[in-house]
Parts: sequence; C-alpha cells; structure tokens
Amino acid sequence: MKRRLPWGPMARMTGRRALAAVPVLLAVTFAVFAVAEASPFDPVKAYAGTAGLTASQENLDQLRANLGVDRPLLARWWEWLTSALTGDLGDSAVMRRPVAEVIGERLGWSVLLAVTAFLVAIALGTLLGVLAGRRRGGLIDRAVSSLAYTLEAAPAFWLGLLAIWFFALKLGALPAGGLTDTASDTVTADQVARHLVLPALVLGISQLPWFFLYVRQGVGDALDEDPVRGARARGLRESTVLTGHALRSGMLPMLTLIGSRVPELITGALLVETVFSWPGIAAATVQAATSVDFPLLAALTVLATAAVLLGNLISDLLYGLADPRVGFDG
Amino acid sequence: MTARFLRGTAAATLAGATALTAAACTNPGSAGASGGPKDSAVVGIAYEPETLSPLLGYGKDGNSKIFDGLLAFDAAMKLKPALATRLPDIADGGLTYTYTLRDGVTFSDGAPFTAKDVVFTYRTILDPKTNNASRTELDALKSVEAVGDDKVVFHLKYPYAPFAERTVHAIAPEHVAAKQDVNTGAFTTEPIGTGPYVLTGWSKGEKLSFKANPTYWNGAPAVKKFTMAIIKDDDVRATRLRAGDLDGAVLPPNLAAGFKGDKAKKTWQAKTYDYRTVTLPTHNTVAGDTDVRRALDVAVDRQAMVDKILEGAGKPAYGPVPTDSPWFAKGTERRHDLAGAQKILDEAGWKPGPDGIRVKNGVRASFPLWYLSGDKLRQDHALAYVSDAKKAGIDIKAQAGTWEVIEPRMKTDAVLAGGGAPGDPDFDQYLLLKSSLAGDGFNNMAWYDDKTVDRALDEGRRTNDLTRRRAAYDTVQRELVKNPGYTFLTHIDHLYVVDDDWDGPSTQTEPHDHGLASGPWWNVENWKPKTAGATKK
Repeated sequence: MKRRLPWGPMARMTGRRALAAVPVLLAVTFAVFAVAEASPFDPVKAYAGTAGLTASQENLDQLRANLGVDRPLLARWWEWLTSALTGDLGDSAVMRRPVAEVIGERLGWSVLLAVTAFLVAIALGTLLGVLAGRRRGGLIDRAVSSLAYTLEAAPAFWLGLLAIWFFALKLGALPAGGLTDTASDTVTADQVARHLVLPALVLGISQLPWFFLYVRQGVGDALDEDPVRGARARGLRESTVLTGHALRSGMLPMLTLIGSRVPELITGALLVETVFSWPGIAAATVQAATSVDFPLLAALTVLATAAVLLGNLISDLLYGLADPRVGFDG
Repeated sequence: MTARFLRGTAAATLAGATALTAAACTNPGSAGASGGPKDSAVVGIAYEPETLSPLLGYGKDGNSKIFDGLLAFDAAMKLKPALATRLPDIADGGLTYTYTLRDGVTFSDGAPFTAKDVVFTYRTILDPKTNNASRTELDALKSVEAVGDDKVVFHLKYPYAPFAERTVHAIAPEHVAAKQDVNTGAFTTEPIGTGPYVLTGWSKGEKLSFKANPTYWNGAPAVKKFTMAIIKDDDVRATRLRAGDLDGAVLPPNLAAGFKGDKAKKTWQAKTYDYRTVTLPTHNTVAGDTDVRRALDVAVDRQAMVDKILEGAGKPAYGPVPTDSPWFAKGTERRHDLAGAQKILDEAGWKPGPDGIRVKNGVRASFPLWYLSGDKLRQDHALAYVSDAKKAGIDIKAQAGTWEVIEPRMKTDAVLAGGGAPGDPDFDQYLLLKSSLAGDGFNNMAWYDDKTVDRALDEGRRTNDLTRRRAAYDTVQRELVKNPGYTFLTHIDHLYVVDDDWDGPSTQTEPHDHGLASGPWWNVENWKPKTAGATKK
C-alpha cells in the first residue's frame, strides 16, 4: 500500500509557483501604493488626529515631509521595495512603531483565530454535510441547506454583531470583545480561550456553507457509486459505508476548497477582528488602510497575498497526491 | 427532524463552547467585588490617544497619569505647581519664564528627574524632525535652557500671556527617550514617567492598563489599579457599565438618563468649552454678508437646541468663551428674535422672493452647510439651524460629508464645526478669528477678517496685565456681535456615570476633545475608597 511520495514533481511545482509569485507580489504592492495614493484619505490628517484640527499649515507640511508622503508615488514604492528586500519593512505611522514589530506581536493572534475558525468550519461542515448528504431532499438536508445559503449571504460582521448582542449582551455568557477581561492585565490561556469562542465561531460559521455544500454534494454523489453499492451488498453497516466509503471519496473536493477558501478567510477575519476588537493583523490592516499608512499596508498585503498563494499551492499539492491523474503540472 | 437538527447543532456548538470555557472557572473577577475597600477602577472612554509619548503630543494639556508637567490644573482650572515648586517667575516683559524644580522626584524606573529632562522634552518637541502635530501650541517658545540641576529658563519669541498654561505639558525622561527614534521608538508605547501611574499594558483599540506608582512624589494613589477601556460605541459602553464590567463611563445624555434611578451610581455633568458653531465663510457672497450674518445670529433659537438636542445638558453659546467663564463679556448674549432678524434683512435690501427665500441684487439667500457624516449631534444642530434660517427667509442646504469631502470646500461653504480648549481665552479665539490664520489647516475656517478683532487678539496675548487683557477680549466678543462670522450655537456638557464607591471624583472644565485626560477620573490618583459597607452595588 505504501507509495513513495513524488518529491521531484512536487518540488518542481513549488519552484514554478514561487517564480510566478514574484511578479504577482510586485504588482500587488504597487497596486496598494497606487490605490492608497488615489484614495481621498490624507495620511497627514490621519497621523495628526485631533491635534491636526488646530495645527498650523506649516506644522502639517512639516509632518508631510517627515512622513515622506509628499514625494511621488513611484519613488516611494521603489524605496519601500528596496528596503523591504533588505529586511527593513519601514515604520508604521499610525502605530508609531516599526512595521516588523507591529506584525510580530499580532500575527500569532490572527493565526490562532483563523486556524480555530477553519477547524470549526471543517468539522461542522463535514458533520452536517454527511448528515445532509445521507438523505438528499430529506428534512435535515433541506433545513441545513437553506441555512447554509442564508449564512453564505450574511456578512461576517453582521453575524458578529448578532452574536455579541445575543451571547454577550442578552445572555452575558461570553465576553463581547478583546483578548482578555477588561480589568485583567495578564494574558492567560483560559481568558484567551473564553474570548476566542465568539470570534472563532462567527468566523468559522461564516466559512461553513462552502464546506457543508461540498461535502453534502460529494457524499451524496458517492452514495450512488459502485463502491458504495458493493459495500452495501457485502452487508457492511450503514455507518461504515458512510464514513469508510462515501465520505472518503466525497471529501476529495474539500482539498481544493481548503486552499481556495484562504482569501475568504482573510477578508472574513478583517471584519471579525474589527467587530470583536481582536488584536490581530486583520484589525491592523483596517486601521492601516483608513490611515493610509503605506509601509504597514504594503507589508500586510504582501502577507495576505503570500497566504493566498501558499493556500493554492498546498491545495494543488494535496490534490495531486490524492488523485495522481491530476499530476503536478499546474 | 428540524428540531433534532437544531438540537444537534446547538449541542455541538455548546460542547465546543463549554470545552473552551471549562478552564475559565477560576476567573479572577474584578478586584474588590467582595469585601474590603475597592482599590481598582475600570472606566470606559470613547477616544484613544494616538501615542503615549509626550514628545509626540501626549499629555500636552496635563492629566496624563503617566507623566507630570511643570505645572498642573486644579479642579477650578487654576494653575498649581507640579514638577516645579512654584508658579514661574516672569521677567523681561513676559519674555522669560523661570521655573524652579522639585527635589527628589524620580521616574518610575528609579532615575532622578532633573532640569535636563525638561530641556530635552521641549527641545525635542520644537525639533522639526519630530512628528508632533501640536507643535503650533508652543509657537511662542524660542529656546529653553537648564541653569544647574533645578532651574529651567524658557525664552519666548514674543510676549505670550498664556504660556504658563502650556507648561502643564508632560515631561519625558531624557535617559530613556533620547536613545530611541523619537517617532517610532518603543517609548511611544512603553512610556516611563514621573506620574502617579505606570502603564502596564496598552492593547490598541481595546484598553490601557495602569498600576499605581508606589513611589509617586505626591503620595501613592489609593486606586491601585486603573484601566481605561476604549469602547467607541455608546450603547455598548452603557451596557457594559450596567453589567458591572465598567465602574464608570462617558455617555451621551439620553443613555446617561437611564442610570438616574440607580442609587449606587452617580452622574457627573462636566462644564466645557466644547462648542458647536456654523462657519459663515467670508468668501461666500451670502454667508459673507454682514447683514445675513447678523440676522442668522438672532434668528437661531439656541435655547431650543439645548433643550431638544442636548436634553438640557449644555448652554447657549455666543462665542468660543462660555457664558459662565470669567472671561465672558457680559451683555453679549443674543436673544432669539425672529422679527428682529427679518427687520435686519428687510432694511438691508434682502427682499422675499416668490418662494419666500430672500433675494438681493439677483442673489438668492442660499448657501450649503456641511456636517460630518455619522455625527448625530452635528447633524441635529445643522438641521435645527437650517429650519431656524428658513423662517427668516434664508435657504440653507444641509449636506453630510467626511472631512475629505468638506475640507476643500471650507473656503466658500458653511461647515458645522466643533472645538474648544479651556483655560486662556487666547486659545480658541486666536485660532478661530485671526485673519492671518484664514484657511490655515482647520484654523479660522470661516476666513474671518476683522481689523478690530485682529488688533484686540494681539493685544490680549502680548500682555500679562489682567485689566488690559480683559478689555481686549471684551472688545473681541463685542465685535463678534457686530460682525458674527460664525453662528455659535451651544456649549455641550459632558456626562459621566460612575459607581459611587469613592470619595474624590470631581470634574474640571473640559475641552472639545475629551479622551483619556477628561472625566471625573482626571484626578483618580486622589480618589479614596468609601468606607467598606457604606455602598455596594
């Protein structure tokens, strides 16, 4: 049964993708600078905040020069790019700190939230998908499917506000936001766990419909296929047929999905982190964007782009492994 | 089946939730919830400081918790010594200010505070390379020097009467801050100061946590732990206050009213300099017309705005100086007088057209009025103003926009603006009315231009003689009646609801921008827990 992994083709595919990523990243960073430049937000106003309302024009002009936002777009982009390549990501104006530090202390929290949410989505999606796919057109199937379509249409921030209203304000069972209790200074595991529940559930549930629908379809189709019929004919128990045969082949499309859902997960996190005051990089992205904080925004976009490319690569690799007919040519 | 499904999902969800919460049974809860004097406080505020570095503008108006200034404001907004031992000696016709520094003060890291730190702080702020957006406030300052370890001398470019009030500015430690990049160094988020509190954590967008500085030169605070939760949404703040998560919060009048029956909580109503005004730009043919300005000034029903929009928490405004300030020129109050407004316009030749809107020389009495979108208070003021103006035959079109939309139009379009800095009458009036500041950033947004006012404003800031200053600012306010380039509408009180567990809370006169430094907790370092058992939630 043991099969040697095709390391060679996999490595070649990874290499090809890495090369292709270079122009993509270049284009994306330039687009970020260009879009931010074209936006009506003024980085100097954003930096000065309320003090800017009484500052003299001379003071504001000096700030503009200090922040380097008075120079042409291309020059700023090139400078950022060259220093980023040497490892210097620049300083974030809005956070008043080096970009690397801002990302460093926030990345972990975002990964924690995203991974938990992803696991919630996969676990719940698979469970419900199997239940629904077992008898398509049945009551469970119709109920869960219509719920899934509703959820797919519901924006994550709206779900978040709804969850805060219900669990935090009405029931008072779970904290409404933040990483720890308001009165507590130290970050302890139990507090983080409690504060993680709502954002992770909301983000997970907003990702759930796709997983659910794919599994439902996959399992439903598989149940009509020969191996299942054979298994049933051999008198295997229905649960064994379902998990051992139907689910196994029905799960295949999920692999593609895991990779292609990464961008959705990131945009979902943008909204969820903001709603729940979660101190992650997505919340920082929103702040960087509205404050036109070029260095921070560019670094975060690169990170998001890399995550998306990586997600696609992983899902293609997995698919190639699972189904050798596909190969590693992409 | 549906029920089973629902139960199934609910069970699955709950199972996950319980697994995660199980570990949380030992939740420490808020300190002091049971027995003993309460020594921690959590308050909800709406605005977060951009930075905690004095070098970048934090603590410029005092009450910075982490830092001290040379001077400080007391409850009545009078200057008192802080890091200086007494008020400054002023010499050279108001050009030299000399401060003698307090002995034996240390920063929270143990290093002594000396004149070097004062000089470093002010010099760094004046350095153009420092990204300090409030530098304009120290415009009068030419140089600062240390004389020995305990004396600091400030030299001014021109005599500037309110300079002493600028020296409530927080002082940063040279031995820490000088070693870092002033704009992005760790000091901007991990400050070290001489103040009554030490920052223990700042989770951006969530909260600032402080613990008492046990070696504070003015005595260790009784409130040992102080947390400021940043909660932008008013409703969420009110709910968390009711739930007991917060011990105090800033609230709008309608939400504060909900706590009236709560015996365990006390509502504080802070008087302010926080005004709302309509700019009447000089470069607009209608709004720039003195007769139209005067008519609008009396056509507007300020008391109705206070009663209806502010629910009584405020007072009519006739200029940036509030009516209860000692600097207010008595007799400049304007009565609501619609007939008077119509008379002014009739006599000036603004005749009603067929649609009731007045016309003069073919110009229709109409102009746009912008307000910040999403700001309910400004919207209400703008709409009330529009309706009052309509009755006098002036057609104002209220429009919502963000500052990005409004700013390029400020020269010709009216704006519903807000502002206000308590203390010296120079602060607001100079920036609002000085003709040379027309269109300079957000200063003098109406491009107001009046020679008499210009002269009086200069006179008022360049002398330390109280009688002459008072005369100058009286002139400004009386001139504003004759040529009201802005229609001032209201001064807005700020409301705070706080657990009645402490002795010591009070309110200062507050500025427009009431973030961390305002509220009944401006002097939290002096609060004492009420004797145990006297009150409990």
